[in-house]
Amino acid sequence: MVLFIIGGGCVAAMLVLVFLDMPAFGGKHHPYRDHAIPAAVQHGTANVVSAVNFDQRGIDTFGEETIMLGSVVGVAVLLRPGEHEHEEEGPATGRVLDSTRLAAYLVLAVTMIVGLDVVLHGAITPGGGFQGGVVLATGAHLLYVGGRYPALRRVTPEPVYEAGEAFGAAAFAGLGLAGIAVGGAFLANLLPNGTFGQLFSAGSVPLLSIAVGIEVACGTVVLLAQFLRQELAIRPNESG
Amino acid sequence: MSEVVVAIALTLVLVAGTAVVMTNDPERQAVTLSVLGIVLTVLFVALQAPDVALSQLGVGAAIVPLMVMLAIRKIRATR
Amino acid sequence: MTYYAYFVAGWLLLVGVYGIVRSRDLVHAVVSLSVCQSGTYVLLLSVGYQKGAVAPVFGSTLPTSTPVVDPVVQAMTLTDIVVGATVTALLLAIAVQIAKRHGTVDPDELVSLEG
Repeated sequence: MVLFIIGGGCVAAMLVLVFLDMPAFGGKHHPYRDHAIPAAVQHGTANVVSAVNFDQRGIDTFGEETIMLGSVVGVAVLLRPGEHEHEEEGPATGRVLDSTRLAAYLVLAVTMIVGLDVVLHGAITPGGGFQGGVVLATGAHLLYVGGRYPALRRVTPEPVYEAGEAFGAAAFAGLGLAGIAVGGAFLANLLPNGTFGQLFSAGSVPLLSIAVGIEVACGTVVLLAQFLRQELAIRPNESG
Repeated sequence: MSEVVVAIALTLVLVAGTAVVMTNDPERQAVTLSVLGIVLTVLFVALQAPDVALSQLGVGAAIVPLMVMLAIRKIRATR
Repeated sequence: MTYYAYFVAGWLLLVGVYGIVRSRDLVHAVVSLSVCQSGTYVLLLSVGYQKGAVAPVFGSTLPTSTPVVDPVVQAMTLTDIVVGATVTALLLAIAVQIAKRHGTVDPDELVSLEG
């Protein structure tokens, strides 16, 4: 504890020194912004954050995809049934209030549509692949909240979603390699730019957004499925 | 006016963050973590960052607390 | 006001580390790590903020010459949030396995590094 106070005090002192030197909160000096926005407008992307994620710094997004893939594989390895456990048939439908079940069904339809909209319009409105993928995956688990875990298992079979996640990551890499094939750099923007603010603008940003959306949605579903299965279906073997 | 909103949101984040750490029981921490996620979303909207707010809402208020609760239940069942 | 946002970011970081140091339960430590990560998000976004500017999404109603906040920092924070969640998932899975093998998740009792 004494060590923490000493260490924490030093870190706090260093942070104070740094913060006193930083540009003021809410100031006008933003050099990165002054370079990023003209580049995004030149490629016809209305949502500049998506442009930075998929167009200007696409390689960072590629790295993030790989981290997600790796950690989902890691969780799947860590949470599979061990040698002293077996997997039972899942539990029957849970008991929830009728109003909860009704609300879950209604909100499920709305969430799925909103999620698809956020993914597809990644270049125009705030949103994009990551956000839409997370919304879709969370929406599917409303079935679990509504008490129908067996229905959730039927709608999201694990091999299909594992393949879907791999497909999304491979599609992203494939679009990157297509950039090399056309003669530019890895992940260069290859399709025509279109009109600013329309659905088919911004070159390959919508395609990359869809690939990331598929990957993040399938990856999150697999991640949550591991935790759910570990909690609800895996039981230790009776010693005997 | 927007200054006041940002200042209030920052104060709420401060209080929520301290509350998460001071909660000793991990089961209660899942709920407090969800509250922190929502308050962070409000802060990000006040700082004019809608993309980040969407991301934080889905991840920090729904997925991470769900995983924490499932992990806690499994750990309690093992012991 | 100028330093309040940075102060909140630094406070969240230190409070998160305090939680990790003082925790009696591995899951509590993982959640405190999550608080540390939110401190970095607040810092990144407050660096990019400009008073009176709007969100960096142009369209038919917003001409390209209006001042907007910094989009590069927002892109970094977005990636950061998703990566942070996946790392938390991995740490929770490790905690579950530790509970199965050693029967306890108290860091003070887990001293030996036997498998």
